Amino acid sequence: MVDKPLRVLVGKIGLDGHDRGAKVVAQALRDAGMEVIYTGLRQTPEQIVEAALQEDVQVIGLSILSGAHMQLLPPVLEMLREQDSSDIIVVVGGIIPKEDITYLKENGVAEVFTPGSTTEEIISFVKKKVEQNQ
Amino acid sequence: MSDQENKEKLVQAKKVWQEKTDKMIEKRPERKQFKLDSDLELERVYDPFHLEDFNYLDKLNWPGEYPFTRGIQPTMYRGRLWTMRQYAGFGSAEETNERFRYLLDQGQTGLSVAFDLPTQIGYDSDHPLARGEVGKVGVAIDTLADMEILMKSIPLDQVTTSMTINSPAAVLLAMYMAVAEKQGISLDKIGGTIQNDILKEYVARGTYIFPPRESMRIIVDIFSYAVENIPTWNTISISGYHIREAGSTAVQEVAFTLSNAIAYVEAALKAGLEVDQFAPRLSFFFNAHSNFFEEIAKFRAARRIWAKLMKERFGAKNPRSLMLRFHTQTAGSTLTAQQPDVNIMRVAYQALSAVLGGTQSLHTNSRDEALALPSEHSVLLALRTQQVVGYEIGAADTVDPLGGSYFIETLTDHMEEEVMRYIDRIDEMGGSVEAIEKGFIQKEIQASAYQYQKEVESQERVVVGVNKFQTSGEQPMDLLRMDPATSQRQVERIKEVRLSRDQGKVSDALQELRKAAQSDDNLMPHILKAVKAYATLGEICGVLRDVFGEYQQQITL
Repeated sequence: MVDKPLRVLVGKIGLDGHDRGAKVVAQALRDAGMEVIYTGLRQTPEQIVEAALQEDVQVIGLSILSGAHMQLLPPVLEMLREQDSSDIIVVVGGIIPKEDITYLKENGVAEVFTPGSTTEEIISFVKKKVEQNQ
Repeated sequence: MSDQENKEKLVQAKKVWQEKTDKMIEKRPERKQFKLDSDLELERVYDPFHLEDFNYLDKLNWPGEYPFTRGIQPTMYRGRLWTMRQYAGFGSAEETNERFRYLLDQGQTGLSVAFDLPTQIGYDSDHPLARGEVGKVGVAIDTLADMEILMKSIPLDQVTTSMTINSPAAVLLAMYMAVAEKQGISLDKIGGTIQNDILKEYVARGTYIFPPRESMRIIVDIFSYAVENIPTWNTISISGYHIREAGSTAVQEVAFTLSNAIAYVEAALKAGLEVDQFAPRLSFFFNAHSNFFEEIAKFRAARRIWAKLMKERFGAKNPRSLMLRFHTQTAGSTLTAQQPDVNIMRVAYQALSAVLGGTQSLHTNSRDEALALPSEHSVLLALRTQQVVGYEIGAADTVDPLGGSYFIETLTDHMEEEVMRYIDRIDEMGGSVEAIEKGFIQKEIQASAYQYQKEVESQERVVVGVNKFQTSGEQPMDLLRMDPATSQRQVERIKEVRLSRDQGKVSDALQELRKAAQSDDNLMPHILKAVKAYATLGEICGVLRDVFGEYQQQITL
């Protein structure tokens, strides 16, 4: 049996327009054989969750560099819980201070990738995490 | 000795050297292939053969003379150093005003305002989409009341102010003008720049509101209003900075910036303006990235290309129309979160390349910007870095010191050729607006960004502290933390303003603005009137959203 490819939603949450990282990661995940849905800019937490459920993804990758992560990420995690979809893995990339990373990881973010992270690290993390989930 | 004999001697000498070097390389090979960010393979050494038939007058000429390759003024920094202009803004207008006054006290010579994202996208601080973003990447400005606080005790006839604002540029400019009037300063005495460059927002920076054609109309309205009313204001800063940050190469940065510039010039001409009326007020904004010599050549090539385009393509006569004046910022994307102090060195070299490239103003990044907004101490170090370049190391003491270098001139020629190749391609597509609508520019940038990342991951490109020379157990730094109460205070202030203003005046002004937007009327006087009545940024942009519609992002992946 051939494994079904992993499905990942890559999204830009909030008003931040810096999408270089999100696009590079999306392309790298795609090159690694995953199915990637890229939302484009200016997504609200509600739009992200809705798209993730609709597209039936196993992973959500959110990019945010504007500093609004503490206001915009918790609602995503909460809505996923409300929808009984906490099994969707949420990873985050961006400029996120250490204390905030600790908080976000305690509240359901699987991993936070800060500047300097490699796409290889991200790919292998996502694969491993999905395997553990199954 | 005759020229002919000289040349033969030169050929002979090179041959001898070449044979010797080839033998040496057999035993001790070079470390790797060397190439530019823009993918040109570099030669071992550059020599007189690279500059055979080099025509000094055509290619360089003296500084201040066409095609301005060596600089736009005859004396450059010997007359006056570049403007040291640190981009700053966070939290409330009060906090940013305090940072501005601190920077001016430390010897900074111009202001540069960073606005928060809701302001840049035309939402008031209490709009649902502003959630979490108020005061984060810049200062929140909702009404004239905020701008009054932002510029408090700063005499607007003595500083120049650059505002990084695009889609709502007309509104923020109107607020600034209103504050100047309140300070009793006549409008022909205020100087500064609005970024006002929408085309790069669609491909690189993301703070667009309206569709391209409607946005172009607003920009041309500003150009034409400025001719009469604010003659010394730079009405646009056509920006390659963000294109480069989004991952383009140096060649793409210049090519896409200049082709955007061509689109603005054509739009203004089409609206009936004369080229020499508005072209002297066009300004540019470039990135100073890490490849030192490539960057210097890039700045020099950009000046030469622009001068030729303006003269030959658009028939500009005023020398000021031909001069590419530019601001530079060091490359934010080269800053690393690992070993952040190393960023100080990166910034210093990048700053030096901007100065050797002849920049008119400069922002040096702070070492902690891959971690957070910069702290006051880090910003001071960044400002000191450019002061060292300006006052201590002699780099500013002679004009275009690298002019005539075999390497720099070869690189400058190469950049010009490659840039023109792109510009021709974009022309064939029908210009920048069409190339953006087709997703061409976006795709080109993305491909370069991806390539860059792959080079870092394969270690073909070394980033000190990231993929080589890593250390463990790094020292924590004191980072700037935002006051979470700022957002709440800002929301309260906008509510107060809404309650205390003359509502009838606001409604009338907004109604007039709507009519103007539906016709061909210049929007600026109407926006100014609305601003003075304390209409909010969100209300003004809301009217324009209604009439013009909103841009839907073209997703190219």
